[in-house]
Amino acid sequence: MSTDISQFLDVFYEESFEGLDIMEAGLLDMPAGPVEGELINSIFRAAHSIKGGGGTFGLTDVSDFTHVMETLLDEMRAGDREMTGEANEILLQSVDCLREMLTAKQQGGEVDEARIGALAQSLESLLGSPGGSATSDDAPESKQDEKASNSGWVIKFAPHKQMLENGKDPVPILRELAKLGKCEVNVDTSAMPDLYTLEPESCYLSWDVTVEGDIDKEQVTELFEWVEDECDLRIEPLALNFSESATQTTDQKDATPAATPSAISAPATAMAAKKPTAAKAKESGSIRVSIDKIDTLINTIGELVITQSMLSQIGEDFEMEQLEQLTDGLAQLARNTRELQEGVLGIRMLPISFAFNRFPRMVHDTSNKLGKKVELIMSGQETEVDKTVMEKIGDPLVHLVRNSIDHGVEAPDVRKAAGKPETGTVELSASHRGGNIIIEIKDDGAGINKEKLLNKAISNGLIKSENELSEEEVLNLVFHAGLSTAEEISDVSGRGVGMDVVRSNIRDLGGTVDVTSEPGKGSIFTIRLPLTLAILDGQTIAVGDETYIIPLVSIVESIQVHPDMLNLVAGKGETFKLRDEYLSIIRLHQIFGVDSVNCKDLTSGILVVVEGEGGRYGLFVDELRGQQQVVIKSLEANYRKVDGISGATILGDGSVALILDLPGLIRLANRSVEVPGVHQQNVA
Amino acid sequence: MANILAVDDSTSLRQMVSFTLQGQGHTVVQAEDGVDGLQAAKSQTFDLVITDVNMPNMDGISLIKELRSLPAYRNTPLLMLTTESGDDKKAQGKQAGATGWIVKPFNPDKLTNVISRVLA
Repeated sequence: MSTDISQFLDVFYEESFEGLDIMEAGLLDMPAGPVEGELINSIFRAAHSIKGGGGTFGLTDVSDFTHVMETLLDEMRAGDREMTGEANEILLQSVDCLREMLTAKQQGGEVDEARIGALAQSLESLLGSPGGSATSDDAPESKQDEKASNSGWVIKFAPHKQMLENGKDPVPILRELAKLGKCEVNVDTSAMPDLYTLEPESCYLSWDVTVEGDIDKEQVTELFEWVEDECDLRIEPLALNFSESATQTTDQKDATPAATPSAISAPATAMAAKKPTAAKAKESGSIRVSIDKIDTLINTIGELVITQSMLSQIGEDFEMEQLEQLTDGLAQLARNTRELQEGVLGIRMLPISFAFNRFPRMVHDTSNKLGKKVELIMSGQETEVDKTVMEKIGDPLVHLVRNSIDHGVEAPDVRKAAGKPETGTVELSASHRGGNIIIEIKDDGAGINKEKLLNKAISNGLIKSENELSEEEVLNLVFHAGLSTAEEISDVSGRGVGMDVVRSNIRDLGGTVDVTSEPGKGSIFTIRLPLTLAILDGQTIAVGDETYIIPLVSIVESIQVHPDMLNLVAGKGETFKLRDEYLSIIRLHQIFGVDSVNCKDLTSGILVVVEGEGGRYGLFVDELRGQQQVVIKSLEANYRKVDGISGATILGDGSVALILDLPGLIRLANRSVEVPGVHQQNVA
Repeated sequence: MANILAVDDSTSLRQMVSFTLQGQGHTVVQAEDGVDGLQAAKSQTFDLVITDVNMPNMDGISLIKELRSLPAYRNTPLLMLTTESGDDKKAQGKQAGATGWIVKPFNPDKLTNVISRVLA
């Protein structure tokens, strides 16, 4: 009959983390002073649930810790205590601490015992009960009740008349008593009135029960705990009775010891054994999907079934005049498929609020630490993002927001001097724009100091002089490793190792990040991400007999070159001039060693201008085929990683096409450019 | 076997209660809070209601009070899930008409033991 409770652990973790988010958001919103209303209630409830669940699922340290928080919150809720800045801070830290504890439990890591202890101390000193009774379990003491190593109990159970109210019933209690050991029940019916005065909902009976066996008193009293104040109850050890009335019970005497121990110790040991050891949860990614989405899916499937049956009916004995019906049916099928695809992908989509939720807290902490006043404005939290994208975008976002507070927003006095309000703002917004997700981090701070950036880049040898870099390119230098314009390294940011990581993380997601900035007015970082990682809008191209896919987001334009545009530049290899800019040409057939090329002449093929690795390049291909959405299949999972290729897909005709990884491809081309470049120069 | 209503805003606990009781052959309907639970209780009759105390919208004690006032639930066992510190809650619950309580934390075995104290 045992139910394995570890199966509920994952759900418990999930809801606990949600609860912690609620607590955190609530605490951040809560001003000092007397508290009232739904806010404190929701915080209290979250703590209460974590405590209850923690205890139930065997995470006693979690529930003990939460218990102290809960007590504090309960006093605030009851109006016995005011919220103070100190209490708020300690509670916030406790939320963090709990989050760590839970994460450690879930993933099997270590917890910082000292920190937990220190926080528990702070909480308890807040409560004004040093050495608090709160964390110590009250329960065990009472459980050490007189464990009479006797042979049973004599129970006198006389319910009050009204005990039967509210669904209480003595019969199951007696039945449970009988399960504890050998039981003898005598009923006293003397109080029964005659039928005319009998009230059918009153109890007139009382019982004398003898239960034999090695039974804890606890086990007996427990059965009566719900009715103890509604009956006269006397529980006495059987041994006493035994000696007094030994003669009466002699015939039962030998039966007692033998029959009992196994019978009654069974429930007790079973309970002890079931006490869950902190089970390590295996990392099984799960996702919460709203019922609406599932209903939509089911509806779509329903329509698909209808379409299918319609088509199979047409197909059964097809005649030419049904052609129109057939094309209609196929169009419907196409629509169903598309809806199904959108629906299924939608399952993986979560509102970006999951990633945004941590920011109010972070901004609060960071700005406090830096002595700045910052207001965070968030919008578009309901924008949906693929779960994987969400998980990976968190860190880059944290970094960018932290940067905005540290480098962007000025200190209050500086702002005042510049005629700005003392409190700076950081705006975090998300939106859908044309198949992409745009996340903007905007501050109203000082903006990026371009000259400083340029000087730094020059002194680092990143660029040679204040040469041909456009304003945009100068700003994008912030993403270079080793460039931080902060004069002093703070523990918030400024080591210059972050921004390049931010950029590469975003690139890994198939996205881009750009920055615009205006001195004195602030900076805007714009992240552009694909909606999903599983499907990509691609441009199909042909090189010889091979078909490749170029991600559409990276394509700037496609052109046919005129011989006048072509140049050979030392060190850069083949280039072409596009509106005053010289772009390197990457010949795909060379990179991938495709022999069956029809056109080696640059003017007879197509140059696809793509963006990547901080520059633009012209990919030389034979022809453009078409644009389509392709489902990405991992190459690594099925074969191995190949430079310049990010994956593969299966085309409509069943053939496999490789999807180009542009940054990788460009690196590959830059490595090989030296050799053919030199070679060609000699030819020229 | 009995038809049981389990009311709790915590999904994990609600699921644990439900799965455990279902494992015993009972039918279990789940509700997320008091309002939800009351509605469920009105739409069909249950042999037993197990409810958490601290819930949004309507708490367990109000739910018990509401249920007790319905003729169909006058004698139905109504149990509340409470924490050990909740002595006043137990008293309040009894006042409201609760049959008894189950002290959290509890495990599936304890739950089935307690249930057997109220189910005929």
